[in-house]
Amino acid sequence: MLEIFGTQINLDPIWLTLEVAAMTTLVLLLLGTPLAWWMSQMRSSNKVLLEALVALPLVLPPTVLGFYMLIIFNPNGMVTEFLQFFGFEGQLTFSKAGLVIGSVFYSLPFAVQPLMHAFEAIPSRLLDAAATMRASFLDRFFTIVMPLSQRGFLVAATLTFAHTVGEFGVVLMMGGNIPGQTRMVSIDIFDHVESMEYDQAHILSAMMLIFSLAVLMLVYGLNRRFGVKVG
Amino acid sequence: MKQTVKQWAQVLGLTVGLAFSAQVVAESATVAVAANFTKTIESVNDAFVKQHPEHTIRFSFGPTGKLFAQISNGAPFDAFFAADEKRAQKTIENGLGLDSSYFVYAQGKIALYSAKYPVANTPLEVLKKAEFNHLAIANPKTAPYGERSEAFLKKMGLYDGVKSKIVNGESIAHAFQYVATGNAPIGFVAMSQIVDPQSPIYKKGEYWVVPQADYAPINQGAVITKRGQDNQAIKDFMAFMKTPEAIKIIENYGYGVQ
Repeated sequence: MLEIFGTQINLDPIWLTLEVAAMTTLVLLLLGTPLAWWMSQMRSSNKVLLEALVALPLVLPPTVLGFYMLIIFNPNGMVTEFLQFFGFEGQLTFSKAGLVIGSVFYSLPFAVQPLMHAFEAIPSRLLDAAATMRASFLDRFFTIVMPLSQRGFLVAATLTFAHTVGEFGVVLMMGGNIPGQTRMVSIDIFDHVESMEYDQAHILSAMMLIFSLAVLMLVYGLNRRFGVKVG
Repeated sequence: MKQTVKQWAQVLGLTVGLAFSAQVVAESATVAVAANFTKTIESVNDAFVKQHPEHTIRFSFGPTGKLFAQISNGAPFDAFFAADEKRAQKTIENGLGLDSSYFVYAQGKIALYSAKYPVANTPLEVLKKAEFNHLAIANPKTAPYGERSEAFLKKMGLYDGVKSKIVNGESIAHAFQYVATGNAPIGFVAMSQIVDPQSPIYKKGEYWVVPQADYAPINQGAVITKRGQDNQAIKDFMAFMKTPEAIKIIENYGYGVQ
């Protein structure tokens, strides 16, 4: 609990939101990097389909994603049964782990697109030259690709994190509003508005506004200085 | 020339006059309705338009708190059907609703539903054993159904045993989704969601109607807004809500009427 302008603010949803956003960013950078690299090197027409699939969460209403996840992550559903095969005991809906998985899908384009554009901008002659000097693929990736697409990683991480912080529909649909597990800030604000606690809603909303503005300014600042393409 | 102008003026006058006189009889209204009452009020409206074909009522459904916030900020609603008494009364207190128009249009009933556990015969034992991993309840803070469900559990001394297993839906509709999709094996839902023939759990699983003596009645209050005070369609619709025909529809959907 924290008192701001005489109003008690529960900080738990804020910590939880930051935790879920950090986990999502980590997972997406790990999974999104190989995916973005693969896509950046693709020449076949399949690339169009893949790009469209990755961009889907941008245009789909989050409620659609949330609804599908409620169905797919159902304890008797395929995904849970598949995971049980590997010894998973538990349920993906109503849990923090489930929220992270949901957020990974929800924020996928925000990680993959900046990375893909950064990778595409690397001149292939550099990689070819390194290859003639017998640098292995991983060697080339870590010594040439990674340093040259630093800003792409920075933008991907920042946008993924911020987008997950602002998540609402998916969390609402599959979260279950459990304190400390799935009650994220956006849900908390919704609840305050619903129960006419406008003071708390105002303070939390203002915090979100300032946070989002700061993040966007950071991203556009990076764009300006280093010319990283976003989106 | 003059003759033509005069004729035209007459035609124009007649048209305008007709348009205005038609306006007096036929009106349209927009009504904000608590989400739990969606299907019921649509059915009532089907019956209403048969009697009043001249009127058109449009509905905006949503969580009561959201609708209240919208009305407070100038949303164009002519009446407000809240999910509780509190927020309908608050509309009046804030000078946005007409006190004289206030009435309780329905009483919500709570049921314990499960597709897995024998709740029809041994509801309290099931809650006491608490073998389930999740119990769905509407958010007690925002939804009257949730608040009464929680109060019922506390009254029966069962709350502490199930507390860690509770998952909250934002509204009773949302809590119902958790149960209907099988994500929560058991939950407190509204009777209206069980008896509706279009409900995904209609005639599936088991339910137990929580005795009305065990929780405070869930009175749902309606009020005409300041904006709708001269709207004939709203007046007629509110009057129709109190007719035996409308009451029968409301009761068929699992609500009580005072």
